[in-house]
Amino acid sequence: MPPVIKVTDLRKNYGELRAVDGIDFEISRGECFGLLGPNGAGKTTTVKMLTCALPLSGGDITVDGLSVNNDPRGIKYILGVCPQEINLDPDFSVLKNLVVYSRYFDIPYAEAKKRAEELISRFHLHDKLDRPIEDLSGGLKKRLLLARALINKPKVLILDEPTTGLDPQSRRQIWEEVRGMKSNGLTTLLTTHYIEEAELLCDRLVIIDAGKIVEQGTPKQLIQKHLDGKGNLEDVFLKLTGKHLRDE
Amino acid sequence: MNNAFILKNISYRAWHMWRRNVDVSLVTWKTNIIPPLLEPVLYILAFGIGLGAYVQKINFDGRAYDYLTFLAPGMIAVGIMFHSTFDTMYGAFVRLRYQKTFDAVITTPLSAEDILAGEILSGATKGAFAGAAILLIVTLFGLASYPSSLVILPLAALAGLMFASFGLLFAALAPYIDNLNLPIFLFINPMFLFSGTFFPLDGMPAWVRLAANLLPLTHLVNITRAATFNRLSPALLWDLLYILVLTAAVAYLSIRKMKARLIK
Repeated sequence: MPPVIKVTDLRKNYGELRAVDGIDFEISRGECFGLLGPNGAGKTTTVKMLTCALPLSGGDITVDGLSVNNDPRGIKYILGVCPQEINLDPDFSVLKNLVVYSRYFDIPYAEAKKRAEELISRFHLHDKLDRPIEDLSGGLKKRLLLARALINKPKVLILDEPTTGLDPQSRRQIWEEVRGMKSNGLTTLLTTHYIEEAELLCDRLVIIDAGKIVEQGTPKQLIQKHLDGKGNLEDVFLKLTGKHLRDE
Repeated sequence: MNNAFILKNISYRAWHMWRRNVDVSLVTWKTNIIPPLLEPVLYILAFGIGLGAYVQKINFDGRAYDYLTFLAPGMIAVGIMFHSTFDTMYGAFVRLRYQKTFDAVITTPLSAEDILAGEILSGATKGAFAGAAILLIVTLFGLASYPSSLVILPLAALAGLMFASFGLLFAALAPYIDNLNLPIFLFINPMFLFSGTFFPLDGMPAWVRLAANLLPLTHLVNITRAATFNRLSPALLWDLLYILVLTAAVAYLSIRKMKARLIK
């Protein structure tokens, strides 16, 4: 089966800076694929190019056979994007946020309302249905972002640091949701710098640093290869990317 | 992301963005609907009854008018300008920088151009609504002739597009929200005062008249005044042409500048 996402020699330059410096990977259908790296490694830049929010300096990304260079709209119809930053509409209620967002995908109102209500009950947001966004906790906002990313029934879900800044309870709840979606066969790309999260959720992952892939494989393979099977993925991560602090 | 593709990248989806902004205005409808209706009443009280008591008839285009009758079309034009410029200037800046709305929408099938065209359309809608609301009030005070004043309705939509484009351009060029004081001081306020809104430009020195003729609001006032005075003439087609050309140019430039800011 052809890969759902195929990234070929992807590049992004900002003047002299090579934010993404020739990376390649493929994601198969139904796979949960991790994109790991310290701050400033190029994760978010890669995600932005994949979601057609940033033009490429070189290379190509195809999603379900469509190229970001030729058919960004076609790709955006089939992507679900759960962003790192909370960019919900503060002027709208929980329900209205979902309904307004569904309009961007040309989903008719009756269908949008049906999907929104399903998602609200699935993500346990029904108590907050008519509440404004500012009344929600950080965990609930993230859950709503995740629900919003599913409103167009995407073929591929992009999770950009979905649990950053959350308490352990909310984090676990997001993990449960992601696992549920995975068991339903949804292809997922996850970026994170919580190594535990990647170890738990990802079938396969790449570790990137300074815009390049430094290692790839399954979490088990990486631990086996670098630590003789003794230790966890975080040790592998630190071994490969060094222990010095990173700037954003 | 070639700039030549700006027109090609605008689709019907711009209306989705328009609809989002209109929905926000409807959530906060009291603060959006009441000011355009009450502002002209304040103007009429302050300038018409207050100042107007000291002002003799105003001679304009060979006829004498009450001050309030003279002022009414100026109020309509100013209302269109303020409401559409401020909607995009502050609204788009907040959506770009603080609410991150554009970041959310850019990952949906809308292009950057769709989003920004939608912003201009919703700013224009606010301006057109304000123009219509003020026209209604001045009509109730018996300050507008009909049917010629009906011209103001489509004109308000067009001028709304022009001023909303200016607002979007200012938002695109301002690094911080406080920088938006600059276009207000240098552009909006001079227009408010010197576009023939409060007094005829005939008595001003030649260089002031020349400068005023460069300002877009002057051309809008020319048409709104002819409309409420029932003095529409073919000469106004020049004013209309000026507005059309400027609208197209500023809309293009504002989308280009804001897109560069959005995608980086």
